[in-house]
Amino acid sequence: MEKFSQLTAIAAPIMRINIDTDAIIPSREMKRVSKIGLSDGLFAGWRYLKPGSREENPEFILNQEPYRQAQILLSGANFGCGSSREHAVWALSEWGIRCIIAPSFGAIFSGNCVRNGILPIELDNEIVEDLAAQIKTDPEGNKISIDLPRLSVTAPDGTSYPFSIPPADHEMLLQGLDSIAITQKRDPDILAFQQRDRQSRPWLY
Amino acid sequence: MNRTIIEKIWDTHCVADLGDGSYLIYIDRIFLHERTGSIALKGLEEAGRVVRNPEHVFCTMDHIVDTFPGRTDRTTMPGGTEFITTTREAALAAGINLFDLGDDRQGIVHVVSPEQGIALPGVTLVCPDSHTCTLGGLGALAWGIGSTDGEHALATKTLVVKKPRTMRVSFDGALPYGVTAKDLILHLIGRHTASGGVGFAIEFCGQTIRELPVEARLTLCNMAVEFGAWTGIVAPDDTTFEYVRGRPYAPAGDQWELAVRHWQSLRSDPEARFDREIRIDSRDIVPQVTWGTSPQHETGIDGRVPDPADEPDANKRQSVERALDYMALEPGTPLEGIPIDAAFIGSCTNSRLSDLRSAAQVLEGRHVAPGIKAICVPGSSRVKRAAEDEGLDRIFTRAGFEWRESGCSMCFFAGGESFGDRERVVTSTNRNFENRQGPRTRSHLASPTTVAASAVRGCLTDVRTLEN
Repeated sequence: MEKFSQLTAIAAPIMRINIDTDAIIPSREMKRVSKIGLSDGLFAGWRYLKPGSREENPEFILNQEPYRQAQILLSGANFGCGSSREHAVWALSEWGIRCIIAPSFGAIFSGNCVRNGILPIELDNEIVEDLAAQIKTDPEGNKISIDLPRLSVTAPDGTSYPFSIPPADHEMLLQGLDSIAITQKRDPDILAFQQRDRQSRPWLY
Repeated sequence: MNRTIIEKIWDTHCVADLGDGSYLIYIDRIFLHERTGSIALKGLEEAGRVVRNPEHVFCTMDHIVDTFPGRTDRTTMPGGTEFITTTREAALAAGINLFDLGDDRQGIVHVVSPEQGIALPGVTLVCPDSHTCTLGGLGALAWGIGSTDGEHALATKTLVVKKPRTMRVSFDGALPYGVTAKDLILHLIGRHTASGGVGFAIEFCGQTIRELPVEARLTLCNMAVEFGAWTGIVAPDDTTFEYVRGRPYAPAGDQWELAVRHWQSLRSDPEARFDREIRIDSRDIVPQVTWGTSPQHETGIDGRVPDPADEPDANKRQSVERALDYMALEPGTPLEGIPIDAAFIGSCTNSRLSDLRSAAQVLEGRHVAPGIKAICVPGSSRVKRAAEDEGLDRIFTRAGFEWRESGCSMCFFAGGESFGDRERVVTSTNRNFENRQGPRTRSHLASPTTVAASAVRGCLTDVRTLEN
């Protein structure tokens, strides 16, 4: 998994609430048993003019310059709600998104982000709205800076905002760690647990 | 110390405290389906890892398979066959339990796992599927995960989980006529928004819930995720134990008594503290229906399409405007009477035998309105057979409904079968997102009885106004 440390990048505001994973990648775009080849289907329902077509909708922000180079997304509350499909995160990652800033996230989506090197940052709605407003005045010049080691976001006007993420997620993103390999080191604990559990809840074994 | 049911199950499954609110949690049962299980099994295999306890892992075919009679591995979904065959091969290679096409245990994952006695009170159960929270209806701690966490659970029998905050939602008072568990959960989401439960595990309790049969509790918990919650749960009681007894994978003999004694301890202590409490009087609730593109866009069937101008919050106002544009509805229009093109009964929310019975009760001796495409998809092969044994299939088909094989079907559109462009559907499913059921399809979520009544009249209908 790609490590995450610092990032200064163009950010694209899609300031809607409750953007669901069906919108991030429609089910019809998940055509193969694969984690790759999904970026083409990212936001397909909004990005293209007709269902199934690849004719770009010029109104959609990610079809506009300089947002085509965006590595950060800004959004309204509950981003990534709905279906558990990790394809939403794989599509965002392949398209080039490394960080999403929103007032809140769908729980499964947020976990999927961390496991794929995307940083989900929760900030108050007013702050996200303010960042979006600053970006719109000069999308190319007004970049957003993320400092993951220091847990801070810096707005184009220089204001810094602290954020928090669970320490285990922080470590995993900073070092690009594989969560399964980390847990497998605890195998003796898991074995001991199973032996005890077999005694107390035998009907499950 | 006083603990909630959520904390009790959590503590029983805690392998290690990882600090700062994260825990390594033991997972009792893992369920997979061909849509997301395929990639989890394939990913595991590619990483050279094995399934730690294949006997505790189950897999069914529901998302991609067609629901037409005589179906095969070929499906109308583009590329769909690969999902079915990859899943089958990987499941057989891993030695997990597979409920394949043609197996009478096949069906929608969250219908099959209670039906088979795989989901049990007090177990932790995960599936790479957001509606896994359904199984809270049995008193299981069950939640949806991504495919990478699916691999983690398969390889280690554990997951790293942040301890959720707890919420108690009490429903009190008897359910009025025509009101179902689906209406309770839609009402909750409508009042407290689709993000009202973010970060919480929710215990549903109160007199209304105690009086609900298990299948209705499954419906209630199914949409906890639509409330934004990590999961929902109902404390197991005698109703639950009666439901579980004798199911194929349920404990039997001496083990049964032992299990029930443990299950009886799974209730929140009287002094247990929840981080948030919501109380709802069920007597105030009427049949609910959605008008927009989020489950929070809903109101009573006797209500009207809202006016965005009445919404003070700019984000919410935009969300309402966008939804009305997509749904092609004018502010102030009464919901009752909005003409529909199609009606759908099915999905992990509302496709169990009791759902089909309640819809059939409305449809008996009636027929769907001219031009309405009406489809019923039983939740599992066993539900289908049980329904046929009591003649429900004939009630549906005589009323003009198609009667299908079990599966997720048109709950979502994956490039295959769908409702048409701009068609308006009243549906017993759980998501009314843009394009969810088809390109530009307009979905109105409701209970199976409301769907049946609306199919008969050809428009959104208050089931209470149909003559008995």
